[in-house]
Parts: sequence; C-alpha cells; structure tokens
Amino acid sequence: MSDVTTGSAAVELRNVTKRFDEVVAVDAIDLTIADGEFFALLGPSGCGKTTTLRMIAGLEFPTEGSLKIFGDEVGTLPPNKRPVNTVFQNYALFPHMNVLDNVAFGLKMQGVDKHEARSRAQESIGLVQLGGMEKRRPSQLSGGQQQRVALARALVNEPKVLLLDEPLGALDLKLRQEMQSELKSLQQELGVSFVFVTHDQEEALTMSDRIAVMDKGELLQVGSPEQIYEHPANRFVADFIGQTNLLEGTVADHETVVLSNGTRIAAHSDLAAGSAVALSLRPERASLHSRGQDVTDGANVDGVVARVTYLGNALVYIVNLDWMEIEVRDENNPGADRFHEGDEVSVLWSTESVSVVTN
Amino acid sequence: MSGTVAEPKGATKRTLQGLSGLVYFFFYAPIILLVIFSFSDNRNVGVWGGFTLDWYREFGESSGTQDALWNSVQIGLVSTAVSVVLGTLAALALERFTFRGKQVFDALLYLPIIIPDVTMAVMLLLFFAQIAEWFGITKGFATITLSHIAFSISFVSIVVRARLAGMDDKLEEAAMDLYATRWMAFRHVTLPLIMPGILGGALLAMTLSLDDVVITQFVTGPGWNTLPVFVFGLIRRGVTPLINAVSVVMLVASMGLVALSLITDRARSSDSAT
Repeated sequence: MSDVTTGSAAVELRNVTKRFDEVVAVDAIDLTIADGEFFALLGPSGCGKTTTLRMIAGLEFPTEGSLKIFGDEVGTLPPNKRPVNTVFQNYALFPHMNVLDNVAFGLKMQGVDKHEARSRAQESIGLVQLGGMEKRRPSQLSGGQQQRVALARALVNEPKVLLLDEPLGALDLKLRQEMQSELKSLQQELGVSFVFVTHDQEEALTMSDRIAVMDKGELLQVGSPEQIYEHPANRFVADFIGQTNLLEGTVADHETVVLSNGTRIAAHSDLAAGSAVALSLRPERASLHSRGQDVTDGANVDGVVARVTYLGNALVYIVNLDWMEIEVRDENNPGADRFHEGDEVSVLWSTESVSVVTN
Repeated sequence: MSGTVAEPKGATKRTLQGLSGLVYFFFYAPIILLVIFSFSDNRNVGVWGGFTLDWYREFGESSGTQDALWNSVQIGLVSTAVSVVLGTLAALALERFTFRGKQVFDALLYLPIIIPDVTMAVMLLLFFAQIAEWFGITKGFATITLSHIAFSISFVSIVVRARLAGMDDKLEEAAMDLYATRWMAFRHVTLPLIMPGILGGALLAMTLSLDDVVITQFVTGPGWNTLPVFVFGLIRRGVTPLINAVSVVMLVASMGLVALSLITDRARSSDSAT
C-alpha cells in the first residue's frame, strides 16, 4: 500500500507482529515512513497504533518481523540506542527537575559538555517559545506549556524521527488547534519526520502528509488525507474518517450496484458481480431537491426529511428513505433551497461522489 | 471547614470535644509525669523530692546504660542500612515487575507486620538455636541485628512501595528514550523520586529497632543488652527515677527521628508534586 522508495525511508516495518501473551496487538504490518514526512497513525483505541509507535521508539520489541530506522535494523535495540525521541502522551516530564534540566536531560545522558548542553537546551526552549520559564518546575506550568517542554526535551537531541503519542490529547480544543498548526510548521522548519499517534481523524487529516489507518492490529490503508477521504479502502476506513452514509448493496456489474431495497445505482467498482458492498456517500456530496426534477447525471433516491439541524455555516438534513436514514449536509448559502421536516425530497449525488467499499 | 452542614453542633459538639480531650489526656499525662519525675530527687518514683539532674548523671556514668545505648545505636544503624537496601529492592520488584510467585512473595513479605511479636520472637529463637549450632554464631549482636532486619524490611518496603505506586512509570521510559541506560534512568529519575519513601522507611526502621524489646529479649545472648531491654531489666530490680531518665532520653530520640521523617517527606513530596 505504501509507495515510498526504500532509499528515503526513515522508518521501515516489514511484516512486524507484536503479541502480548496470546493477544495480537499488531498483526504483520508493512509500513514505510519517508524522511521529512508528517505521518499519522490513526485508529480507535486498542487498534495497535501506540504499540507500533512504541516499537519504533524501542519501548516494545517486535515479536516478529523487521524494523529499520534509516536502513539500520533496530528490532531489539534499547530506546537509548536509537536516533529517535518521543513526546509522551501525558508528557512524562521529570517532576523533580526544572524546565532547563528536563530539556537538557537527553544531552546530559549522552555526555554532552555541560555548557554546550545548557546553551542547546536554552535554544530549544526558545524554539517552543518558553524563554524565561527555565527555572520553573513542571507542576508550575499549564498543560500547553508542559506540552512544549516535552517537545523541546525531545527536539533538543536532534532526533532523526520524532515520535508523538497523542500529543494534543490532553489539551482543550482551542489550544489543540493552535498546537496543531505550530507542530506542523515546526516539522516543516526542522525537516525531520514526525510520526504521531492519534484517534482524532480530524487532527490526522489536518496535520499529516500521509495517514495510516489501523484497526484491531491491522493496517487498513495508508495514503494522503485526500486519498483516504476520497477513496477509502474499506467500510471501516470510510466510516472512521469523517462522516459518511453507508448504503448496503450488491455489485451487479462494474458500473452498477443494487441497493438493499432494489434500487439500481451507478457506481464504479472492480469487484465481481454478487459481492456484498456498501456505497459510501459523504453528507456534503449529496444534495436535496424537490421530487420530480430531472436527474441528468448521477443517481438519486427518494425520501422524506425527518430532521433538520441548523449549524450556522451549514444545514444538516436527516432524510428517511424507508429502509434507512441518510445524512445530507448543505452549505448555508443565501438563496439556496431550504427544506423542512416532512418535505418529500430526492437525494442526489454524482457518480464519482460515492465509493464502493467492502467489509 | 467551619460552618459546613456536616459539622456537629451544640451538645454533640461539646461531648465530642470532651471525649477528644480525654483521649489526649490518657495519651500524654503519663508521658508528662514520666518527664517530671525524671527530675525528682527521691528514690521512689511518684514522690517528688525536689529538682535534681542526678538521674541523668547516673545514666551518663553507669557503664551498663552506656553499653546498652551503644549496642542499640550500632544495631539500629546496621539493621537500618541493610533493611533499607533489601526493602527498597523488594518494593521495586513488587511494584515494577510481574514474575512467577509474586503474590506469594508479596504476602510473605508483610507477614512480619501481622504476626505477633512473641510468635516471631519464638520462631527466631528456634531458628537461631539451629543456626548457631551449624555456623557457630554466638547470640548477641549478630542475632539481634538479623532479627531487626527481618521485621524492618516489611516496613521499609511498604513505605517505598507507596511512593513508587504514586510515580508515573512512563518517567523511566522517558529517561531511556532520552539516552539513559536502565541504571542511569534509575539513578537520575526513579531514585530521587522515591528518596522520601526510602528516608521515611529508614527512620521507621531505626525507630523500630531502637524500641524493640520482645524480639530482642528472646534472641539476645547472656550479658548482651540493648537499651530498652536494659530498662526492662532495671524495673525488675526496683524502680528508681533512673528509669524515667532513660525513658525520657529514648522518647526524645524516637520523637526526633519520627519528626525528621515527617519533615523530609513533606519537603520532598511538595517538591515533586505534579
């Protein structure tokens, strides 16, 4: 699935499996992360994303398979011998040290000269805009500031790959959005790979160059945010990334899917006739019209508006199709048709707006 | 908390205050009397004969008390040092790792706290009777020290474990991610963070060792005394205010150690609060 050439690979996993006793946390995954890439490991909790990150960090060792960092096999190398650093989920700052000592810790452990360690730590603290906070203890800092210290503490060592475990999970929404763009610009400035774990699909879409979607220890899809959103590899990915309507059906031929109520819908797929599939239709890709209008291109199904939710910038309609409900999202443009509860409507979409996904 | 709904009022409040007063009276009146009569110039305890420091002087001059005190201090220091190391290691093993037989080990470690002193004393006596025969250990310093180590380990490991349990185990991982070896991670992160627990455990072990009578009396050899055992012997030969003086010295020493442990623990934990 991944299509990066080996030459520029920062991290390369080949057939990596991790078992904890009988439980398979990560199941034979292949993954290549390019140098300088902002890469997200995305999935629900327990999908194996954190275990994958911990294996790259050296905090867990793979049960099977090969794990390379810049071409060197590191499978069972301890974390202190790897050119990567981690920003931990709850930061794991050393509570008995001040900010400066926290940041300088890695350099001190590597035996860097005391004065140099100090000045490099200062520089790193400046990079995350915490100048003047050097003497504070972690307990005297806000969540956002602690996050920055954790970042500085990792970056000061000039890692070849920076690993981030749910780095923004503990921050409130506004701060999180601020840090998202800050992390992104920091990564572009430094040019090293950032690999971050998140369960927040929106965060993954916003920040990453590429995303790996995981579930139950398996890698389901790797691709750019656009690829993953527009062409989900399967039902889980379609459902997990963004909002979608899944219309159950069966493949009739390469251009047609028969929905469960018998409606024939134009939809392209390479699957054999008779395959059970679902049509993934994004709410914003569908539109509502009064019944009886001609459909020139695409497909339509009839239904009745069941609920309308006003979001300010958009309107969300829940349309009852008798055999299921689907969600349609309209931009709130002046002059656009508005529909109300009980209106008989037609839901329209163009053929290229849907993707056919399997289970 | 004043003025909350749960606060008792009126007669209830006065009754509770009275009861609290009584509790404190029973706790501290004997101690106050003990201290007062250690300065009494009369051989009969409980009869005030004017102020004197003679009993303290006698305590200072009597070779029996001197030897016993010196023995107590030596045994206390050695048993504390050994039990702190072993107790801390046991705490680390139990808190950080899973291994076969962990629960059994856990339960066995705390047994000395639960079983009565006399039972433990008899067990140790029988044990040393056997060991002495095989290895030729004479009863005295060695047997007492070993016994004190045996019961102190449990207390040390409880205190250190409480501290370890409150520590984020991601910290060690973070240290190793930042190029520390396992040993350096322990030395620079874990050890400083559990130090208040270790110090607290050490002071507790020291206090227990200095105070123990029952077990020491069973495992000691002829002519070998620690200070509390010596005091116990004095009582049988007739009670004079010398006992009061010795008791006051021990009391002050014990309270000093406990106070020190509380102060260091508080100072440290306010330092490392997250």
